[in-house]
Amino acid sequence: MFGMPDEIWVPIRLTIELATITTLSLLVVATPLAWWLARSKAWFKEAAATLVSLPMVLPPTVLGFYLLIVLGPDGPGGAIASLWGGRTLAFTFTGLVIGSIISSLPFVVQPIRNAFAAVGDRPLEVAATLRTSPSRAFWTVALPLASPGLLTGAVLGFAHTVGEFGVILMIGGNIPGRTRVMSTAIFDFAETMRWREANLLAGGMVVFAFAVILSMILLEKRFTRAGA
Amino acid sequence: MKLTVLAAALVGFLTSLAAPVRADVTHVAVAANFTEPAREIAALFKQKTGHEAVLIFGASGAFFTQITHSAPFEVFLSADEDRPKAAVEQGFAVPDSRFTYAIGKLVLWSRVVDVTNGEAALKAGNFLKLSIANPVAAPYGTAAVETMKALGVWDALQPKIVQGNSIAQAFQFIDTRNAELGFVALAQLHGVTAGTQWEVPSNLHAPIRQDAVLLKTGANSEASKAFLAFLKGPEARAIIEQFGYSLP
Repeated sequence: MFGMPDEIWVPIRLTIELATITTLSLLVVATPLAWWLARSKAWFKEAAATLVSLPMVLPPTVLGFYLLIVLGPDGPGGAIASLWGGRTLAFTFTGLVIGSIISSLPFVVQPIRNAFAAVGDRPLEVAATLRTSPSRAFWTVALPLASPGLLTGAVLGFAHTVGEFGVILMIGGNIPGRTRVMSTAIFDFAETMRWREANLLAGGMVVFAFAVILSMILLEKRFTRAGA
Repeated sequence: MKLTVLAAALVGFLTSLAAPVRADVTHVAVAANFTEPAREIAALFKQKTGHEAVLIFGASGAFFTQITHSAPFEVFLSADEDRPKAAVEQGFAVPDSRFTYAIGKLVLWSRVVDVTNGEAALKAGNFLKLSIANPVAAPYGTAAVETMKALGVWDALQPKIVQGNSIAQAFQFIDTRNAELGFVALAQLHGVTAGTQWEVPSNLHAPIRQDAVLLKTGANSEASKAFLAFLKGPEARAIIEQFGYSLP
């Protein structure tokens, strides 16, 4: 595609697939989690929030190491894989999705939680006086009001997954078309002195990262102006 | 009074910072397969000469790239002869310093399936993942691919292959049993009793001649030259053989 050799194009396609699936899964997982973190009064709430934030501070090698064991034949990953005749979730696209969800989770939960917190009690109380059920209030009041936070979370989750390297290096196995994503392909090209290919992918990453951050800033500006 | 104590402490601290410069240290880039013997050799080297060899482990290909970009290594112990040769040709290493310090042996190892008869196991293909080192960056990976081609199983097994970025990661994939079997260096299995192994007949791949070379950065370093001399000596050779390498 676009006259690019498969070696370049396949990792790009795979990275986009991985980031898209991870982001969609993250929105499903992170939205209720963020809602709970924003609204709950449970005493262990902040401990749970800390747990969610851990991947932000831990080196990817720590995640990669534990994932290799948890996804492996002796862990729950092996049990899941055996459902379709596999032995391990390491070296699989599914394994990469699981790893990426865990490592990008804080980047999605945090902005959504902040957005829910910013909505506050008032709109929900008003909805309640109008006899709106809590679940209906969530879908029709809280979620639309928090949508800028969801958008920020989705963009950050997508971008962070595209930039994921350490975890994938440790659990991926570098399989073309399945686990060889852009970041690990760049590593490979650089290690084997294929500068042209490394340059092509790395340059593309720089442009992509620039576009993501710029659009985030512009979006935020627009929302604050709309809110003001 | 307090101030003098503080000043003395500061002087002491600064001297201790300067100390490692006086003591001779060499930085050795070691191919991952040679990790364990290199550790033993470096310990003995320190005991005998007082010099310290700081070891850095990785894939030979990665090291070569780093060396061409002025990595702070003085000695390079590769897992092949091509990269040290290229380092000399491209002016990164001292000519005539290159020699073969070990000849490696490739082993098929498994903790899941029986590979006592490795050829039969490879041909039967009763496994999902086979781990090798990245053949472009690691010579043991290249030898593994050559072996599978020589046995005529390459096309059948290619979809099952997972790659470690060095032979150390290839080993780790098998050790955690994420891959059922894979090709590693015999030296990595030193003292390992788990699983079954099959020593690959040496006619199935090009010999793994592992060359050492003194890099230009170490041309004037006593410790670096002493380390290479020690590596050629009888004590180091005994360790190398003990780990299952042959010697030239």
